[in-house]
Amino acid sequence: MANLTDAVKKLAEEQGITLRDLIREAVAVHLQQRSNAGSSMSNEAKTLFEKVWERHVVAEPKDEPVLLYIDLQLVHEVTSPQAFEGLRLAGRKVRRPDRTIATVDHNVPTILADRVNIVDQIAAKQIAALRANCAEFGIELYDVDSTDQGIVHVIGPELGLTKPGMTIVCGDSHTSTHGAFGALAFGIGTSEVEHVLATQTLPQSKPKTFRISVEGDLPKGVTAKDIILAIIGQIGTDGATGCVVEYAGSAIRALSMEGRMTVCNMSIEAGARAGMIAPDDKTFAYLKGRRFSPKGAEWEKAVAEWSKLPSDRGAKFDRELVIDAAKLAPYVSWGTSPGMVAPITAKVPDPAATQNEQERKGLERALEYMGLTAGTPLIDVLVDRVFIGSCTNGRLEDLRAAARIAAGYEVNTKVSAMVVPGSHAVKTLAEKEGLDRIFRAAGFEWREPGCSMCLGMNPDILLPGERCASTSNRNFEGRQGRGGRTHLVSPEMAAAAAIAGHFVDIRNWEVKG
Amino acid sequence: MEKFTTLTSLAMPLDRANVDTDQIIPKQFLKRIERTGYGDFLFFDWRRTAAGEPDPAFVLNDPRYKSAQILIAGKNFACGSSREHAAWALENYGFRVVIAPTFADIFFSNAGKNGIVLVRLSEKHVATLMNNAKTIANYQLTVSLEEQIVTDSKGFKVSFEVDPFRKFCLIEGLDDIGLTLRHAAALNAFELKHDQDNWLKAKN
Repeated sequence: MANLTDAVKKLAEEQGITLRDLIREAVAVHLQQRSNAGSSMSNEAKTLFEKVWERHVVAEPKDEPVLLYIDLQLVHEVTSPQAFEGLRLAGRKVRRPDRTIATVDHNVPTILADRVNIVDQIAAKQIAALRANCAEFGIELYDVDSTDQGIVHVIGPELGLTKPGMTIVCGDSHTSTHGAFGALAFGIGTSEVEHVLATQTLPQSKPKTFRISVEGDLPKGVTAKDIILAIIGQIGTDGATGCVVEYAGSAIRALSMEGRMTVCNMSIEAGARAGMIAPDDKTFAYLKGRRFSPKGAEWEKAVAEWSKLPSDRGAKFDRELVIDAAKLAPYVSWGTSPGMVAPITAKVPDPAATQNEQERKGLERALEYMGLTAGTPLIDVLVDRVFIGSCTNGRLEDLRAAARIAAGYEVNTKVSAMVVPGSHAVKTLAEKEGLDRIFRAAGFEWREPGCSMCLGMNPDILLPGERCASTSNRNFEGRQGRGGRTHLVSPEMAAAAAIAGHFVDIRNWEVKG
Repeated sequence: MEKFTTLTSLAMPLDRANVDTDQIIPKQFLKRIERTGYGDFLFFDWRRTAAGEPDPAFVLNDPRYKSAQILIAGKNFACGSSREHAAWALENYGFRVVIAPTFADIFFSNAGKNGIVLVRLSEKHVATLMNNAKTIANYQLTVSLEEQIVTDSKGFKVSFEVDPFRKFCLIEGLDDIGLTLRHAAALNAFELKHDQDNWLKAKN
C-alpha cells in the first residue's frame, strides 16, 4: 500500500496536479467506464464489420478460431477443380447448393468463335471439369453461352446475389469487390473453397478494423480508381494486412455503386482481408428489382435490416486514416507492384533516393523490368496496348466513362486497344446505348466478357516488352504476359492513352462526344 | 497433410520483398486440375532467362542451396492472388518452412492447409539470417514448431509466435473439415435459425 501511495504521489507530481485532484479524476473516469459498460449490454457502438461478423458466428471454440457461417460462395473454373475432387475423395456433398453459384470467367476466350471450341486443351479441360462438377453436385452454373455469364465479381451484384450484411467468399482475391454493398467478402484458397462447399462455414480469426475516410470533393477527372491507387500508394501493399478496411467519408458516399466496387475491389492490393462500405439508399436503389433481391414485403423487411448495418457513431476502429479528396490526382502505376504509383504529373522516381538496400534493389529491378528511366515524365511514356475491362473497371459506368473520352477520336496507329465488358449483361446494356459503336468507330476492339487480359489466362496476353495502359488491378511482373509491362490507370486515362499513344493528364482532355 | 515438429535444413535466401503469388506460380499453370506436380513450376519465370534457359543468377538455380527446405524471404511474402497453387508449388518443390518479416493473409491461410510452417521474425533477424545464408557455406537452420524457436549452430536463437490452434493442426497434420464437423450440432441449429433471415439469403 505504501508503494502504491508513493507511485500515485509521483504521478500527481509528474502531471503537475494535486494528489486530491488526481484521485477525484480517476474515480470519475472509473465511474464513467462502469456506466458505459452497463449500458453497452444493449447499446454498444459497433462497426459495420462487427455487426456482420457477429451475426455469422456459429461456434466459438476455446483457443480456436471462430467458426463463421458463409451466406454465399461464388465458384469459377480455376480454383475449384481440386476442391470438388477433395469432396469426392472424402465422399462429401455440397452442403448448400442454394448458397453456391458458378460461372466461367478466367479462362474463356473473348472472341466469340473461339469460345465454342477452346483451342487451349488444358483450359478447355478445366472448364469441362467445372461443368461436370456443377452437374454432379447440383450447383447452378452460368456457362460460357449463358446470358448471365461474366466475371464472378461483376455478376454477383448484377444478379442481386450480393447483398448487405452477407458473408461472401470465392476462390479469388478480388472477392473484396462485394464489400461495396456492406457485405463481408473475402478471397480464399482452394482448401477453403472445399471447406465451404462441405460445411458452409470457415474457421476464421477475427481481423482488425481499419477505417479509411476520404473526405471532400474529388477534383474533375479523378475517379474511384484514383482513390484506391492513392490509398495503396500511401499505405503500401501490406498497409492493411490483417485488417478489414471500411471506406468512409463524403467522397466515398458520393461514389456510385460501380465506383464503390472499384475501391473495394483493390483492397487486397493494400493487403486487406476485405473492404467494406456502409449500405445506403444508393445500395438499396441498385439492388431493387434484381433477380435474386428480396421482393414485396420481404424487400421492405430487408431494407429495414440493412439500414441497421452502418457503423454506429462512436464505434472504435483499430486504425484510422483520413484522406483529403481534394488533393488527389489521376494516378498511373510505374512499377511492378500496385504500391508503385504516382500522379500523372510526376516523373519516374529515382531508386537512388531510397536508403534501404532491399527496397532500392526492388525499385531498380522494377524500373529495369518496366524499361523505364528515372526522371522520365509519366506523360512521355509511350504505350503499345490498352486494356479496358476486368472486375476492377469492367462495369457499365466504366465503359461509359471510357467511351466519353474516346468518342470522336481515333486510336493511335501504334496502339492496339481492346474493351472487354465484365459480363454479358454489361455488354448488352452497353450495346443498347451504342457504346460499342463509339469504341469500334474509334478503333477499339469490342470483345466478349471475361477476365481476359487482367491476368492473361486466356489468349489475351501481352508480348514480351509490350507496354499496356490497363484498367485492371495488378502490375506484377508477367501478370498480363511474360515480359509484358502493365500500367494501372482509370478507364478514362486508359482510353486517352489509346488515342494519344502515351499517358496524358485526363484533366486536360477535350471531350468531343 | 504431413505432420511437422522440427526441421533442420539448408536455408535458401530469396532477398526480395513483396514477392507476389504471380511470381511463385505464373498463371499458365493454374489451368491444371490436379493438386500435385507444381514443384517444377515454382518461380517459373524467375528461374529462366528470356531465352528459356535456367538463369544461374536466380537463387533456386544455385547448386549451393539444392535440397533446401527452408526459404528466407523479404516482407509481405506471397501477396496478391489467392491461388493456393503457390502453396502447392512451394510444398511440392520441397519447402516446409518460409521465414519472413510478414506474410500476406490469404497465403498465410493456404500455407497452413498444406503443412507449410510460416515463421514471422523481425526485419532485423530476417536480415541476419538472409546474410548468413548468403555468406556461410552450407548454412543450416533448425525450426522447432513445438518450442517455437529458430536456431543455427553459430548461436542464433530466436523465438517466434504462432497461433496455438494452427500449431496444433500443423503438429498433428489435421484435416480441417473433420475438425469443423465436431460442431455439426451447433451448425445445424445455427443454420435453421439463420435461414429464416431472408435478407441474408443468396437467392430470394
